Amino acid sequence: MKKHTIVALVQDRPGVLSRVVGLIRRRGFNIESLAVGHSETPGVSRMTIVVEWEDVEQVVKQLYRLIEVLKVSDVTNDPIVEREMALMKLHAPPAKRPEIVALTEVFDAKIIDVGANTMVIEMTGSPAKVQNFIDVIRPYGIKEMMRTGRIAMVRGARGHTAEEFVESANGHAERVPAMN
Amino acid sequence: MSEKRTGAQVMCEALIRNGVEVMFGIPGGAIMPFYYAMWEYRDKLRHVLCRHEQGAGHAAEGYARATGRLGVCIGTSGPGATNLVTAIADAMMDSTPILAITGQVGSHVLGKDAFQETDITGITMPITKHNYLVKRAEDLPYVFEEAIYIATTGRPGPVLIDVTKDAQQATIVPDWNIKLDLPGYKPNYRPNLKQVREAIKLILSAKKPLIIAGHGIIMSGAVDELRAFAERTRIPVITTLHGIGAFPEDHPLSIGMPGMHGWVHVNRAIQECDVLFNIGGRFDDRVTGKASTFAPNAKVIHVDIDPSEIGKNVKVTVPIVADARLALQAFLNEFPPDREAFAELHSHASDWMEHIREMQAKHQPKQQYLNRADTEKMSLPPHDVYAALTKALNSRGNYRVVTDVGQHQMWAAQLIDWYRPRTHITSGGAGTMGFAVPAALGVAIACPNDTVWVICGDGGFQMTNQEMATIVQEGIKNVKIAVINNGYLGMVRQWQELFENKRYSGTPLSGPDFAKLAEAYYWKGITVEHTSQVEAAIEEAYETDGPVLIDFRVEREVNVFPMVPQNKSISEMILESPHKS
Repeated sequence: MKKHTIVALVQDRPGVLSRVVGLIRRRGFNIESLAVGHSETPGVSRMTIVVEWEDVEQVVKQLYRLIEVLKVSDVTNDPIVEREMALMKLHAPPAKRPEIVALTEVFDAKIIDVGANTMVIEMTGSPAKVQNFIDVIRPYGIKEMMRTGRIAMVRGARGHTAEEFVESANGHAERVPAMN
Repeated sequence: MSEKRTGAQVMCEALIRNGVEVMFGIPGGAIMPFYYAMWEYRDKLRHVLCRHEQGAGHAAEGYARATGRLGVCIGTSGPGATNLVTAIADAMMDSTPILAITGQVGSHVLGKDAFQETDITGITMPITKHNYLVKRAEDLPYVFEEAIYIATTGRPGPVLIDVTKDAQQATIVPDWNIKLDLPGYKPNYRPNLKQVREAIKLILSAKKPLIIAGHGIIMSGAVDELRAFAERTRIPVITTLHGIGAFPEDHPLSIGMPGMHGWVHVNRAIQECDVLFNIGGRFDDRVTGKASTFAPNAKVIHVDIDPSEIGKNVKVTVPIVADARLALQAFLNEFPPDREAFAELHSHASDWMEHIREMQAKHQPKQQYLNRADTEKMSLPPHDVYAALTKALNSRGNYRVVTDVGQHQMWAAQLIDWYRPRTHITSGGAGTMGFAVPAALGVAIACPNDTVWVICGDGGFQMTNQEMATIVQEGIKNVKIAVINNGYLGMVRQWQELFENKRYSGTPLSGPDFAKLAEAYYWKGITVEHTSQVEAAIEEAYETDGPVLIDFRVEREVNVFPMVPQNKSISEMILESPHKS
């Protein structure tokens, strides 16, 4: 099964996260990561979901059935920029600190807290680079770690905005005002 | 209109504004303010007190399915709400527009395990088209308007509104100046004409075309358009279980039902066809059998109002997202005006139909599927009940038939002659046993001038028969129940006979004397044990001015044939039991 990255714009309302996640849970898929936050439009949240899926097109269509979902795209095969952040609290006795500092410089990570025997490091980058850094730093002893999950955006002019939704959603059909 | 109202009064007025006339429900602590307010509006808003919330839900479904209008059901918080769940799930599967209103504990105790608190919006999230938790009375006018709009438009479905007790009690000045704001909900009704023209090209070049007519034809009111389309193209028409009534079965182009218990010639035709035009059906697995083997030679044109249905189970060549009626109108408009353009299609269609009728004639004896050689020794084969009932329905007219789930349901679909939309009402997608009796309550209220026949098994009947009391309390006389009583959960027993070496685990079923039970409910009860008594019993049911139950004690081990075993290709039909008895 292939790993897919899905970007969804949803109305910022109670329960919407539960509805989206419930639809994925229904099929027994595990969500690898999920990041939610405000988008460029007030009242609209943006989600990036990473999941292993076989028939992603069907799930995208079913996500559209949710009343509060505005736009969904599978951007897996698109030219995208992806970022993820990780916070790590390391076991860092004074003797080990120079090595750790050197590594963080190599990876462009930041040391944001230093304690008696610990350091907290912030690492931001592509998911692969973050993983790489984690692998390198793990031997020093990671006491705590938190990853944000990835966020994604398509490069260049092609966008994924709430306004665009009105024209493009659901593909082949022409939209007309509802009857009744 | 800017007078003060309680939230509960606002709920009543919102329903009246949206044309609601009947509601089915049961009161309880958290919904009491709504019931208190309802009393003032009782001239416009009829409340039907059910015996179980599941019954209220199915009654709302029956009302909606018989009329196409919104059905409304009500329950209190906690168990009242959870008892609605089965009916809501049923409505979701069968695209039935119902509104479920539930009371919820006060907002100050929400989430604190208060008495009769259940997270019903959480529970019903995957089985509603949408749902709401309302904690402020001010939100009620908008939420009711939006909920009813969502339930009844696009692909219809159930919507639930959970209202906290304090929101029902609060006094507000309602703002009825409502402008719906639904940026994520804009159903497509009109078809893309490019796609329609593409489909027409495909149809005109077909040699073995077929139409599958589904529930969408009935829901969109496209019966006349379908008939015009079929007659113009002369393509044979298949009606699915929920498409029954979309096309009259006495029409020369009608060939019958497909799928697991569909006719041999229909399934064979599907396997042979080169163009399959499915309008308003969703290629349910009971229709397709093993989907990868379904209609292997066909280019598929699929019209559905729900984009997520297209390409879900069957690969589609021309997808059309649209309302079935508007789509068919577009086809009729876009068809070439000259008759010549159809000449080739008509000639192919005529040969094709001849071929289908030949297959039908060949399998006809089996299709009557009195599959056992000893039929004549049976005192009451179930088929005799259907034969007599069909005769009565045809001669008396003005009927609605509500069926439950199981063998009796498939026999009803196969054996009764169906002509008109909304005369056959059943639980399809969810397959909810216990649907029929309460659904008939809703149908009877919606159609007071029709005779509403319930056909159900002794299993399903025993799940929800308490609504017989509701029917009496409401003074409803036009309901007649035919229990096809074989003392088994018959469809499961059939599978056990055919595929599990007759291990009848958990299927033999006893029951009370149903006629006596009916009498206890102040119904007329009749027991029939022999074919010779069937016609007289049905006659008596018609002549009785009140609800009647007939307990048809049929031969116990009769199977529904033809049958496609689960997850087999529809080419692999079983026509008789391998265990000859």
